[in-house]
Amino acid sequence: MELTGAEILVRCLKDEGVEYVFGYPGGAVLFIYDALYQQDDVKHILVRHEQGATHAADGYARSTGKPGVVLVTSGPGATNAITGIATAYMDSIPMVIITGQVHTWAIGSDAFQEVDSVGITRPCVKHNFLVKDIKDLATTIKKAFYLATTGRPGPVVVDVPKDVTMHRAEYSYPEEVAIRSYHPVMKGHPGQIKKAVDLMLSAKRPMIYTGGGVIWSGASSSLTEMTRMLGYPITNTLMGLGAYPATDKQSLGMLGMHGTYEANMAMHHCDVLIAIGARFDDRVVGKVEYFCPEAEIVHVDIDPSSISKSVKVDVPIVGDVDHVVKEMIRLLKEDKRTPDHAALAQWWDQINEWRAVNCLKYDRNSSLIKPQFVLETLYNVTQGDAFVTSDVGQHQMWAAQFYKFDKPNRWINSGGLGTMGFGLPAAMGVQLAHPDATVACVTGEASIQMCIQELSTCRQYGLPIKVINLNNRYMGMVRQWQEFFYEGRYAMSYMEALPDFVKLAESYGHVGIKIEKPADVEPALREAMKLKDRLVFMDFITDQTENVYPMIAQGKGHHEMHLSPERELA
Amino acid sequence: MRHIISILIENESGALSRVAGLFSARGYNIESLTVAPTEDPSLSRMTLVTRGSDEIVEQITKQLNKLVDVVKLIDLTEGPHIEREMMLIKLRTAGDAREELKRLVDIFRGHIIDVTTGTYTVELTGTGDKLDAFIQAVGSAAILETVRSGVSGIARGEKSLHL
Repeated sequence: MELTGAEILVRCLKDEGVEYVFGYPGGAVLFIYDALYQQDDVKHILVRHEQGATHAADGYARSTGKPGVVLVTSGPGATNAITGIATAYMDSIPMVIITGQVHTWAIGSDAFQEVDSVGITRPCVKHNFLVKDIKDLATTIKKAFYLATTGRPGPVVVDVPKDVTMHRAEYSYPEEVAIRSYHPVMKGHPGQIKKAVDLMLSAKRPMIYTGGGVIWSGASSSLTEMTRMLGYPITNTLMGLGAYPATDKQSLGMLGMHGTYEANMAMHHCDVLIAIGARFDDRVVGKVEYFCPEAEIVHVDIDPSSISKSVKVDVPIVGDVDHVVKEMIRLLKEDKRTPDHAALAQWWDQINEWRAVNCLKYDRNSSLIKPQFVLETLYNVTQGDAFVTSDVGQHQMWAAQFYKFDKPNRWINSGGLGTMGFGLPAAMGVQLAHPDATVACVTGEASIQMCIQELSTCRQYGLPIKVINLNNRYMGMVRQWQEFFYEGRYAMSYMEALPDFVKLAESYGHVGIKIEKPADVEPALREAMKLKDRLVFMDFITDQTENVYPMIAQGKGHHEMHLSPERELA
Repeated sequence: MRHIISILIENESGALSRVAGLFSARGYNIESLTVAPTEDPSLSRMTLVTRGSDEIVEQITKQLNKLVDVVKLIDLTEGPHIEREMMLIKLRTAGDAREELKRLVDIFRGHIIDVTTGTYTVELTGTGDKLDAFIQAVGSAAILETVRSGVSGIARGEKSLHL
């Protein structure tokens, strides 16, 4: 039977198993919306701004491991989606973004709401397509999902001109597609894996450093098994939190610019570094010359271009993390050698000394609400089992430091691009995917205002997100850098004319609570969690001057951390 | 170091801009770039000349390979290879210079492919160095116009870049 292009598109989504499409209608996609309207299989979530659609799809993807799907119109619909597409690209999130386009005959004529979507998105997608012929539509959609979800995942844009959605063609959805130029390597090279295992077993001061690749590969349990077998310390990047249980004694927490003292010091002094599904980001590495000066480095990554990009490694292994780690486990089990227990015991003694510094200590007797206290309390109240999304800034770092993630896919934040405005829409995607779960959005009064309009979407779909607004009346991270590096000239980092967030939440039909005293933090959080079917906006008025510690200043090494002005290390 | 990278790429609209975009986005330089379809009309062959340290060139080839439209690539400079560039050059031929220029063209094994009373148009093929040498020999005063194709190259011997 012949279907219109719009019907074919919707059928493709259904056949791909798509549950939700996040989008916003407009002229170029009206046929597609008309087709969506006439079926119930694919549910559409109407956002209030296209950026919100991309972040919501992103949050859905990060919390489920499945691709997020976005539908926006041509021109401004596509350009508004760019921030979210770039966010997903930097963090390797599988997404398929369908952008409407003007009629094929009008392309290039500066038509109304025309923009070169393929051109504009090119630098921030894994791949993109312009469908000029309805006969290519179904195959292109299949290719888009295939590319987005395999290898190193990423966003794929499909630009669909309006007349393509209007024409008719026979529909059949290909069961599989092959792309002759695209063959992601899954299995690691056996010789390299053997070499890596030899090196791992020879280590006196080993360190395991893992990132978001472990989560996307679904390798948390194999990584946990291997780490426990070896008894080695492990640190996770911001993107990798939850891949190894944070409450486990072998976990040293996060590393990098605001990582723990023990994690960074162990990085600096290790003799063998086992990097798995991590990309040696500049916020992790600091100054390359000072990075792990004594270590031989193993690096497992599915993307060959991630290997030796910023830090030269000794044993590169290109492959899927889960495959490679399972193979390592097999070899370790066969091997008669064991880790050097005596050396390891000494190493742990040293690490425990660093741990005893208690680098995340903060003032618990303050009469002001300390942001760290809010997050610690959130962790306790939710028993560590919530999905936590965050925006970008100080609150993001505190959430990463104080919420101990024991499971993967629970910590949802914009790590690579650092997109303010990400948290609330991302939480919508998470909540839709996990309707019964507690979803907390940790944000600040600056970030939340970048996508605050999505409170309306939350109302429409009854999403009971718990917004934790750490309101310090400053763009906290900007203020912190200005304090440290610009002699306290707080240029434009002060948020004047803030709205009354309680009234704002209420005007959107939600519950708002303002919390001004430390003693009210826990009761407020408990009360909010009880309101299971309501979005609760908690506006915590926090200490304005609190800074995120520890900190490695840009261009410094892991051994050059600052704990806090009162607690400088020698 | 100068590298000549040969790429088989899908002959699709936008493929060229993916390559060019990659170079500008990541700050790599392109000395020359040539592209045309192969005997298989679905594939284009691209020859790209770039300069960079070994680390940068390694990143360049990895990043190129990551582009979905790139089917296959080799760095020709890793082995014995032949490179050629074609140049069309229009020369002013006033007075005595006319004979001298004709001799120079012969020495460089070029061809005069168009003639007017005051000009020669010369076709010259060879390595980039040879073309540079010819330009220097005729001198800038005589040159009215230069068109260079950019380098194309192929591996010596049995080795070939194909699917």
